[in-house]
Amino acid sequence: MLGYIKLAVLGLAVVVAAVATGLARDLSYQIHALVFMVSAAIAFIWLIRRVGEPAPVADPNTYMDGPVRYGVIATAFWGVVGFLVGVVIAFQLAFPYLNFEWAQGFLNFGRLRPLHTSAVIFAFGGNALIATAFYVVQRTSAARLWGGSLVWFVFWGYQVFIVLAATGYVTGSTQSQEYAEPEWMADLWLTIVWVAFLAIYMGTLIKRREPHIYVANWFYLAFIVTVAMLHLINNVQIPVSVLGSKSIPVWSGVQSAMIQWWYGHNAVGFFLTAGFLGMMYYFIPKQAERPVYSYKLSIMHFWALIFLYIWAGPHHLHYTALPDWAQTLGMTFSIMLWMPSWGGMINGLMTLSGAWDKLRTDPIIRMMVVAVGFYGMATFEGPMMSIKAVNSLSHYTDWTIGHVHSGALGWNGMITFGALYYLVPKLWQRQGLYSLRLVSWHFWLATIGIVLYAASMWVTGIMEGLMWREVDAQGFLVNSFADTVAAKFPMYVVRGLGGTMFLAGAIIMCYNLWKTVTSTAERKPASVGSAVPAE
Amino acid sequence: METYTLLRAFADSWHLLFMFCFFIGVFIYILRPSGKKIHQDTANMIFRNDDKPDTPDNRARQERHADLREAK
Repeated sequence: MLGYIKLAVLGLAVVVAAVATGLARDLSYQIHALVFMVSAAIAFIWLIRRVGEPAPVADPNTYMDGPVRYGVIATAFWGVVGFLVGVVIAFQLAFPYLNFEWAQGFLNFGRLRPLHTSAVIFAFGGNALIATAFYVVQRTSAARLWGGSLVWFVFWGYQVFIVLAATGYVTGSTQSQEYAEPEWMADLWLTIVWVAFLAIYMGTLIKRREPHIYVANWFYLAFIVTVAMLHLINNVQIPVSVLGSKSIPVWSGVQSAMIQWWYGHNAVGFFLTAGFLGMMYYFIPKQAERPVYSYKLSIMHFWALIFLYIWAGPHHLHYTALPDWAQTLGMTFSIMLWMPSWGGMINGLMTLSGAWDKLRTDPIIRMMVVAVGFYGMATFEGPMMSIKAVNSLSHYTDWTIGHVHSGALGWNGMITFGALYYLVPKLWQRQGLYSLRLVSWHFWLATIGIVLYAASMWVTGIMEGLMWREVDAQGFLVNSFADTVAAKFPMYVVRGLGGTMFLAGAIIMCYNLWKTVTSTAERKPASVGSAVPAE
Repeated sequence: METYTLLRAFADSWHLLFMFCFFIGVFIYILRPSGKKIHQDTANMIFRNDDKPDTPDNRARQERHADLREAK
């Protein structure tokens, strides 16, 4: 019965989307309607070919790892795409003629920049978070995922959202809110997918067979719930027409700015920090084969992080129309955030105490430790930059870009790579990785790439900050804006090279993981019937 | 009173006090002496059930849980 309802809904969706494609008022909307139509049609055909077949019975004594495997592949794929677009726009800034005349309005810097940020954060990071969340919640609950085929809906639904967002950016559909660029239709779709994600996660936790909820799950849950809240509040928009992509925001003026940066900073705090800390608290102890250094500290880390992060957003609006007390509040909470961040970093690093020798022999552990190191550095740099006096120099300069990338490439990228190297042999029942030498190559390419990136952005950021404020004896500004642009050229080239090295490392990873699945020996199944000791 | 002023006054006083006390309370609860055994068990949970879910009638697990309940 449920199967027929699904077929009816999908069939109706195909028809409605087809009509919307015809009546569309703009190109982005037309493409989006087409994406919906094709996705619904594929799902329809997939379902109708299985009508009458007995429903597959899932064995409750196995984990549901299919969607995790797909998630790992999607993470690697979108990672390479996102890094590639990043390298392209880095060189577009260094060599403006790469904004080709024939591609104006589609592939120029302004269109590709949100494509890059969303591809790395939401496509690469988001898929990594969804895949690892599904993997971790099953292992730490000792239960199969709740929800059955709903899990597949979340995976494919999220990919559809990515395609909607990406096609929207290159055709010019945007809300002009950083990290929240997708327009109303993509936003609504993401809301549906996200609620399903939350339901699966909660459902699995509810039927867990362990009395306690492992700390990684707390971080994952905070990530899912908070992102849902941020997404809903920052996207309160009224569509101009149900047949057009454009919408009008309800908030205006400084309220709009504050809500946007409350959203923006907590997207960093709960998407790129809390979610990835969930990864840290599972994969580092697993790879090091020792429990987390202090479980008590990890719970304190969690509560302090979520209590403080939510207030830090106003530091994005220093010296603006935002009331002064709100700016000071944002700055104060940002500085206080240093404590839980470093508590968490110390907890992650000290998990290796007594096993430091693994740093020499295991390049995956090395990757994870460098990730935690970059987490520590970025969470020191961030509070420092939120201080008003520092911010008056750093804001609107490339220092901000450098800061974001030492966090995103160093912390999010490296911990995700570590998790992927851990997961692939597990998920495809392989004895081990194809080549540890290639992991080392990836490690060094990525690390040196990040150092080049961050260092060049520090230099160019502080330089342009100083050039902008330089005045002569009469009080006139010394430099024009174009002077700063010209002075930044060498650093832009170095930044592009750093990004290229990071991309090369990721491509090596993809090759290594591919060979791991296709040409290494299969892991022997654990001997059947042997008793497993409790301790 | 204006809604904004009312909410603002509440947020600045009672709600702030509530959040502060809750936060401190969490830390005190984490540091309770009886939590040690539970935290140790939870920290090591990731080394169990790696390949398949736990069965409903796993004796070893039930004994461990009974142990933890006693610790509470």
